[in-house]
Amino acid sequence: MLAKRIIPCLDIRDGKVVKGTNFQNVKEVDDPVSLAKFYNDEGADELVFYDITASYENRSLFTDVLKRVAEQIFIPLTVGGGINEVSDFERVLNAGADKVSVNSGAIKNPSLIGNAAKKYGNQCVVLSMDVKRVDGKFKVFSKGGREMTDIDALEWARRGQEEGAGEIVLNSIDTDGVKKGFDLEMLEAVCNVVSVPVIASGGAGKAEDFKELFKKVNVDAGLAASVFHFKQVRINELKKYLRQNSIEMRI
Amino acid sequence: MIAILNYGVGNLFSISASLKAVGADVVVTDDKNVIENAKQIVLPGVGAFGDAFKKLSETGLIPVIKNEVKKGKPLLGVCLGMQLLFDKSFEYGCHEGLGFVEGVVDEIQKDLTEPKKIPHMGWNSLDFKKDCPLFKYIKDGDYVYYVHSYYAKNCQKFTAATSFYGIDLTGVVQNENVFGAQFHPEKSGETGLKILKAFCEL
Repeated sequence: MLAKRIIPCLDIRDGKVVKGTNFQNVKEVDDPVSLAKFYNDEGADELVFYDITASYENRSLFTDVLKRVAEQIFIPLTVGGGINEVSDFERVLNAGADKVSVNSGAIKNPSLIGNAAKKYGNQCVVLSMDVKRVDGKFKVFSKGGREMTDIDALEWARRGQEEGAGEIVLNSIDTDGVKKGFDLEMLEAVCNVVSVPVIASGGAGKAEDFKELFKKVNVDAGLAASVFHFKQVRINELKKYLRQNSIEMRI
Repeated sequence: MIAILNYGVGNLFSISASLKAVGADVVVTDDKNVIENAKQIVLPGVGAFGDAFKKLSETGLIPVIKNEVKKGKPLLGVCLGMQLLFDKSFEYGCHEGLGFVEGVVDEIQKDLTEPKKIPHMGWNSLDFKKDCPLFKYIKDGDYVYYVHSYYAKNCQKFTAATSFYGIDLTGVVQNENVFGAQFHPEKSGETGLKILKAFCEL
C-alpha cells in the first residue's frame, strides 16, 4: 500500500537552516547537513529545501549544501526558492535534487511549468503555492507570501496541473506558524480540483494535527518545519502514532 | 568496478552516489571497453520510453550490452531503465525494447478499477513473489520509493516483487542475470541501499 508521507522542510539562508513565524522574524537554527541526516534517521520520507535568499545572494552556498546532503542521504529531495527559469532546474538537479518547486517564478511566467515538465518530466515539477483568504476567497501570494496577486488559488492549482506540474504543495498563510492544525478547508478545496498528489503545509503543532489531516482530507503528505526543528514533534514517534491510527506509514 | 550507462537520459548523480555509499567502485560511462571490463552494469533512465530507447540505440551500445548479458554479466535496470528491458512499450505509440524480459509496458491508468492519483508517486511496500538475490538484505513488506505512470505487465513468470496500488504493480523482475527495479533504489533510503549492495555482490 502507498504510504502517506511526512516531510520536514528546511529553509536555507547563507548555508544555514532558519525558521520564522508567518514568514517574519527569521532566525537561525541549525546546520542543514546534520539536520537532514537527523531527519533521515528519524524516518522522514522526503526532504524539502527552500533557498530563501536565492533572489539576492550567492546561490553557490546553497547548491554546495544540497550536494553535500545528496551525497549522503538517499531519499527524495525537493528544492525550491529562486527558481525562475529552466536553467535554474538544471542547476539544482545537477546538485542532486529530484524535484524542483516553482512559486513566484511560475506566477511571473506560467510557461515555466510546462517548459520544465517537457524537459525533465512532470514528476520533477512541483507547484508550490502560498495562499491566504482575502474577502472569503483563496488568493495566491507571491514573493514568500509578502505580495498579494489577483490569482484565485483554485484556478491556479488547476492551471498548474494542466501546464504539467506533477505535485502541488499548498501552504496556507492563514495557518502557517500558528500551530493549531492544517488548513483542512483550503486543502480540501484544492484536492477537489486536481488529481495530482497534494502536500499540505502550514499549521502543524502536534501529532494529532497530522492524524486529523490524513483522516479528513485526501492529501498525500504533510509538510512542516519548526515543530520538527524544535523537536516538539519527533518524526519517528509521529509515524508510529499515525500507523497505530490506521494511517499507512513507512516505518 | 560497476558501470553506469550514460546515454544522455536523466540525472546520474544519485544512482552514482548511492552505489558509492555501499562501497562500489563506480564509473559513469558510454565506453564499450569500460562496459566490457565492468563486473556489473546499471541501466538508469527517466522520461519517455521511445525517446530513451532511441538515445540508447544511438550510443551503439545495445549489441555490447546484449553480448555482456549473454556472457552472464549482471545487469540492473532502474525505473525507465527497467522498462527498457522488456519486449515493448505502449507509451505514446508502440516501441520495441531490449527484450531481456518477456512482457510489455503499459499505462497504469488503463488497468485501474478504481480512481487513483497518477503518477504512482511515493513509498510503497514490496510484496515478494519469489526469491531473488536482490532481496538478500531486505524483507517482505519493506518500503521503496516509486515515481511512474507506466508499468510492466504480462511478466508474471519473471516478477520477483509487486506493490499494491489498486492493482499489483510490477516492482522487481528477474530473468537469470538480468534484474529490473521499477522504483528508485537510489532514493529508497536504507532499503534501497541494501538492494544495491546485494546487486554489487553478484
